[in-house]
Amino acid sequence: MNDFLRLITLQDANTRTVLLGTGSLGLAAGVIGALAVLRRRALVGDALAHAALPGVCVAFLVFRERSLPLFLLGALVFGVLGVLTMNAIRRFTRIKEDAAIAIVLGSFFGLGIMLSGMIQRLPSGNRAGLDSFLFGKAAGMVHADLLISAAACILALLGVAALYKELKLVGFDREFAGSLGWPVGFLDLTLMALLAIVTVVGLPAVGVVLMAALLIIPGVTAKFWTDRLAPHLALAGLFGMLSGLLGSALSAVLPSPNSSMSRGFPTGPLIVLVAGTLFVGSLLFAPRRGLVARWRTARLLQQHIDDEHLLRDLYELQEAGTPASLSTLAERRTWRTGSLHAALRRALTNADVTDRNAVITLTASGLTRAVRVIRSHRLWELYLHEHAGVAPDHVDRDADLIEHFITPNLLAKFEAQLALGDADPLRTGAALGVPLSLHPPGENAR
Amino acid sequence: MTDRDSNSLSPTTPTTGIAVEVHDLTVAYHRKPVLWDVDVSFPVGSLAAIVGPNGAGKSTLLKSILGLLPIASGRVEVFGKSLSQVRDLVAYVPQRESVDWEFPVSVFDVVLMGRYGRLGWFRRPAKADRDAAAAALHSVGMSDFRDRQISQLSGGQQQRVFLARALAQDATLYLMDEPFAGVDAATEQSILEVLRALQQQGRTVIAVHHDLQTVRSYFDFVAMLNLHLVAAGPIETAFSADNLKRTYGGRLTLLDEVTEAVRRGGTLPRSP
Repeated sequence: MNDFLRLITLQDANTRTVLLGTGSLGLAAGVIGALAVLRRRALVGDALAHAALPGVCVAFLVFRERSLPLFLLGALVFGVLGVLTMNAIRRFTRIKEDAAIAIVLGSFFGLGIMLSGMIQRLPSGNRAGLDSFLFGKAAGMVHADLLISAAACILALLGVAALYKELKLVGFDREFAGSLGWPVGFLDLTLMALLAIVTVVGLPAVGVVLMAALLIIPGVTAKFWTDRLAPHLALAGLFGMLSGLLGSALSAVLPSPNSSMSRGFPTGPLIVLVAGTLFVGSLLFAPRRGLVARWRTARLLQQHIDDEHLLRDLYELQEAGTPASLSTLAERRTWRTGSLHAALRRALTNADVTDRNAVITLTASGLTRAVRVIRSHRLWELYLHEHAGVAPDHVDRDADLIEHFITPNLLAKFEAQLALGDADPLRTGAALGVPLSLHPPGENAR
Repeated sequence: MTDRDSNSLSPTTPTTGIAVEVHDLTVAYHRKPVLWDVDVSFPVGSLAAIVGPNGAGKSTLLKSILGLLPIASGRVEVFGKSLSQVRDLVAYVPQRESVDWEFPVSVFDVVLMGRYGRLGWFRRPAKADRDAAAAALHSVGMSDFRDRQISQLSGGQQQRVFLARALAQDATLYLMDEPFAGVDAATEQSILEVLRALQQQGRTVIAVHHDLQTVRSYFDFVAMLNLHLVAAGPIETAFSADNLKRTYGGRLTLLDEVTEAVRRGGTLPRSP
């Protein structure tokens, strides 16, 4: 608890360094990753990160010292080499992109694991700190590391800001961009370079295994909140930053999983878990696009349809002079389990119907609503029949599906188009001013 | 649909002569030729169709004119110059399926992209560009959809948005890849009206077209393609039953057999 207090009050200079580092990294990874996802290049980041591991090992083997700049340089060289290999495989064989990524990612990562095993056995091997490159260890960041990481992230973000218009164009329509004379290949390469920079500087804090998740998840999460590019990128950056900050904060307070590892829980898994939690939260609870909101909308619509069916059935039973009861209503159409009862309850609450001795009758307000529903239904039927060339025996089924979506505004347009005057056959001769159906009463029953 | 200013063509724009000259063009993917020895000229002010069976290289021809594909041999001239000199005069409507309609942009964003060609690096669209985009959107009857996300559009509406983007370019030559593909009858008519309005303003339109029934009534010039050029010229002379048969097969000529051999690949003679 004391640790936690120290952490959130940022008393510790090292904590400040770590949080600034992972926060800026998350921000840049979120923005660049979102662009890569939109460009369908998300897995390139995965291949790049995994392919970078042998680069770190080779850098240590060559220079025999733990130096972040050298490690990152090695990582960059091998990461780019991996991506080039992948492109070559795709270009010169019939192997598809996903398989090419798997080949490169697996082989380079395997080589990296083998080399790091060899290094661990060297006398100087323990000092290499290679284990932190697997799953990330933000706690290992020192001030100099922070400067490198923050500078790279700011560079990447500036790149996106400067080339926003160009990246948007190429991301949406590559061929059109080419037809305007934009150097499409160069712009793609620029995005890939920014992706490579952010990926490589993210390795010490997040690790090669999970770096791709920090690139991909924030961008996908943002999609639940907006459908415009600028807010999409901003939100992706925000989610990435939150993941970085919360993940590294958690790693500082959680106990280390095993004593052989130096102080602190690996940051990579925690950062990615935070990102994953934000994703699941958005997936479920985002307004309009979240599952809960969509489920609610679908439910409300279904209830609306049930309510209208009930009113229509009641009216038609009344029209035919049959007293309505639960059983006569249940016979008229296939209700989902409990939906007739629920619709009746809502109608009773709404005072649209009364229930006396199990006989259900429309009230005055219920009658008004029922008339409107029936009018929509029959006007739509008539419109389908007269203007859309639908055969009469097909009309009722189609009308049933669409009529619930007919707004008063649309209804007025139907009336206008059907040129319903005072001599309107639909209006005259109908009880209570309700139009006659194309069908005799009762035929609608299914 | 015709409220675009008919005087907006710049005085330097040619109004007669050849709009696009394709000279002995050969294009290959992975060394497999997909267009060979195509030699065709589209006159300025024509409303031209490129027709041919699937895989005949129609889209490839458009993309080659636009410089989007490496040319194996031959050359393309637009208004008598190389494309890079006159790029601002050329607008392109790609196939609708070529892009991701889930991309997070609005209808207006997409139309505004028609102005990106004249903007240059780093510059953001100005008010004049926004006005041009709004006018283009209006002329295809899509103003009400300006703030919609593009995934909420029907196929016909998507096609109109692409057309509006090209109109916003205010070009002299319009190259369109199947502008009528998968649209409803009403959209087809309104797109046709836009194309005819472009032609009346002295602009040239070249469109890949797949519906042989409407070629004669929609277009006044045709290029018939099946890897090689079968025929090209005014509709009345070039769009003949004989040329159709030669384009779409029927009787197998030696050339058709070679075409088939190329399609199958592998059977091409290898150089030792």
